[in-house]
Amino acid sequence: MAMLEVKDIHVYYGMIHALKGVSFEVNQGEVIALIGANGAGKTTTLHTVTGLLRAKRGSITFEGQDISRIPAHKIVQMGIAHVPEGRRVFSQLSVFDNLKMGAFTRKDKQEIAESLEIVYRRFPRLEERKNQRAGTLSGGEQQMLAMGRALMSRPRLIVMDEPSMGLSPILVNEIFDIIKVVSESGTTVLLVEQNAKKALSIADRAYVLETGSVTMEGRASDLLNDEKVQKAYLGE
Amino acid sequence: MMSFISYLISGINLGSVYAIIALGYTMVYGIAKMLNFAHGDVIMVGAFVILTAITKAGLAPWMSVLLAIVICTLMGITIEAIAYRPLRKAASPLAVLITAIGVSYLLQNLALLLFGADAKSFVTIINVPNVSLFGGQLTIKGITIVTIIVSAIIMTVLTLFVKRTKPGRAMQAVSEDKDAAQLMGVNVNTTISLTFAIGSGLAAIAGLLLCSAYPTLTPYTGSMPGIKAFVAAVFGGIGSIPGAMVGGILLGIIEIFGRAYISTQIADAICFAVLIIVLLVKPTGLFGKNVQEKV
Repeated sequence: MAMLEVKDIHVYYGMIHALKGVSFEVNQGEVIALIGANGAGKTTTLHTVTGLLRAKRGSITFEGQDISRIPAHKIVQMGIAHVPEGRRVFSQLSVFDNLKMGAFTRKDKQEIAESLEIVYRRFPRLEERKNQRAGTLSGGEQQMLAMGRALMSRPRLIVMDEPSMGLSPILVNEIFDIIKVVSESGTTVLLVEQNAKKALSIADRAYVLETGSVTMEGRASDLLNDEKVQKAYLGE
Repeated sequence: MMSFISYLISGINLGSVYAIIALGYTMVYGIAKMLNFAHGDVIMVGAFVILTAITKAGLAPWMSVLLAIVICTLMGITIEAIAYRPLRKAASPLAVLITAIGVSYLLQNLALLLFGADAKSFVTIINVPNVSLFGGQLTIKGITIVTIIVSAIIMTVLTLFVKRTKPGRAMQAVSEDKDAAQLMGVNVNTTISLTFAIGSGLAAIAGLLLCSAYPTLTPYTGSMPGIKAFVAAVFGGIGSIPGAMVGGILLGIIEIFGRAYISTQIADAICFAVLIIVLLVKPTGLFGKNVQEKV
């Protein structure tokens, strides 16, 4: 059984039918990419998975449990962390306090301290700047903070929305290297990206979204070589 | 010179009360992004609870103060849940603003119905002797000393609560970004309820301090101080806790000085004029957040 099973979800913004029956699965240990143009419904899909939006129809099952009616603040406790689009760090709080917010649902101080160690080891820059206000960090550092904050909840599935957005090519590579490390350390990854080439190069499998529906799916390496995908999303 | 110091002290006294009320305004605004215009009337309810509990039920003063805090806290939570929460996702932010004005009138008219329109004289609860300084040239009232000490304690505790505790950090997170806070596991509804609870509990204390310094009580007692505290909150930078404290105290001093040196009739107008000037010069208020943020 898949770790996350999304079946035929329909989501509306008022009268707009944003997701028209999206289905996909994420297996334990995989890196899954959702690619597609602006407005295809990638972010909407992630928001529905983590409870910020409600599906009108369809089901979302995580580790065998239906989570489609569970509010966002409880889903993180079940083991799904969401790195939102545009980072959304708490700019008035310090880097350290942002990371502590990531562990909001956890109680054991000892274990939280261990997670903090791990995050600092993975992102040494965050430790250097732990007392700085998050709003003063550069875009790349904020992205690292958003990822570190999500990892502080010790998720089994991490959902990332456009982690490379607005970053320089060097930083994009750095972020994707970190995603690989996160995946290798045992966390399952669901990734939404406009940078389809990068996303497909690290993903195991991928789904292509077009105006609210999944139009293609398959192994990432196959999609990377697919003529239609190349034309539409890889700019070749 | 002595009269100047004496005015300054009564300005700080009045300003401390404004600051306590402004804290409720500013916290609710920061977290729920709404102006709770019924906040001032909670002060009046608190004062009536204290008065009734002592004179009609014969409760001990400290018991009646405690009772007022509990009732106001519950009332704040209830008002938010019944009147504001259903409108939180309304298309226009005006909906909840108008509702708040409606709740304000509701509270005033309920008080009219229950207690009548005539002014009641408030009971003396705080019995602290006056302090005489400089060989009797300067007298500081006991209530003034108590008010200033109580406000200082409230401000310190509240600042520590917001900065150092988990629910406090949750409040900061919700005030910045509701969605991101939810993704961390913060229950936004609970956090907003908590904010209303704290603000309304503080309003009960403000009611006690206000009516102890100016001991007449009518159903409209909370209205003007409520608006002044709103001015103080905007003055300091709405959403900012230190802003509410400084804004409140400054406004109290300006009001008393205005009364003493310019005119008792236009003292209120002076308060509002100061607000206009501050907003013209620094639209975000004294402590307004206009930090440059990198994108």
